[in-house]
Amino acid sequence: MLLSILTTVSKWAIPFLLLVIPLYGYIKKVPVYEAFVEGAEEGFITAVKIIPFLVGMLVAISVFRASGAMDYLVKGMSPLMSRLGAPPEVLPLAVMRPLSGSGSLGLATELMRIYGPDSLIGRLSSVMQGTTDTTFFVLTVYFGAVGIKKYRYAIVTGLTADVTGLLASIYICNILFR
Amino acid sequence: MLNLIWLLLLASGIIVAALNGNIEVVTSAALSAASGAVEVCFDLVGIMALWLGIMKIAEQGGLIKTLARVLRPIMKKIFPTVPHDHPAMGAIILNLSANMLGLGNAATPFGMKAMQELQELNHNSNEASGAMCTFLALNTSCITLIPATIIGVRVSFSSSNPTEIVGACIFATAIAMTIAISLDYWFRTRSPWRGKS
Repeated sequence: MLLSILTTVSKWAIPFLLLVIPLYGYIKKVPVYEAFVEGAEEGFITAVKIIPFLVGMLVAISVFRASGAMDYLVKGMSPLMSRLGAPPEVLPLAVMRPLSGSGSLGLATELMRIYGPDSLIGRLSSVMQGTTDTTFFVLTVYFGAVGIKKYRYAIVTGLTADVTGLLASIYICNILFR
Repeated sequence: MLNLIWLLLLASGIIVAALNGNIEVVTSAALSAASGAVEVCFDLVGIMALWLGIMKIAEQGGLIKTLARVLRPIMKKIFPTVPHDHPAMGAIILNLSANMLGLGNAATPFGMKAMQELQELNHNSNEASGAMCTFLALNTSCITLIPATIIGVRVSFSSSNPTEIVGACIFATAIAMTIAISLDYWFRTRSPWRGKS
């Protein structure tokens, strides 16, 4: 029941917006196609502007991952995780989540393939993946789009939200699914 | 802060690779990530163009202003430095709504548009404004009502109940969002790093 509602909403959301907004504009006498093209032009410029920011961030993250440095961080943190009531298998996912969206989705998928989606590990990795965002990607892309190089405290807030989301995921999964 | 994190990611990676005797990994990782980043941006070009085009229609039809007006009481509290009828408000609302519905690829263009509007209020400085930090705190911790991607993965591994995690996700994001907003509020008003709007 819930699944069919959710899949229907996510299947229809984009076609709905693509129909309703132009239709609304047309009724409001907006020259819809001209307005669309005018807006779309900005999209190209913005996407190109992000390139240097994203190259810098993705290179650093990729070197950190590929060299094995991330594995050491995971190993160092693993006693802390088991104390919090989380299986150590999900730790790489927790570390990866704020760094890379595709990387963490890959890890979550792998965990569900090995342990099954209905195991505690499978459920916890689902909740972790669905909870926090790729903070580094979001900050890089959003600030990059307007050429801001000094992020001030935004990174601390974003990472604190990630850690909070992680702890809350562990807590709620232990209550609901253990 | 970011300078240090960036340096630490790079330097620790290179040192670990050197100690493990596989320094060549660094070269290949760096080069492929650099070209991968450009690919990500080019993938974004089309999506950005599509959604910013649609958004322009909504803007010219007055839909964005209407949205901003409806949510004005909340938005005024969260973003005290942004004038309530400013186009940034509409873009922020669209971004957060797309995030809640799990429409990641629509959320990004709306979010960038919001940042551009906020940047105008920031007098094009190269330092983040308080409103930008608040927006990003909301954005990275935003409640997800429909975590569509992960439900899809669970379905593909034939979970007996693919959506059972939705409630847990909402709970965890609600807590993360509360903490993020509170911390941001503290940074913006009380901390030694406050200052600029």
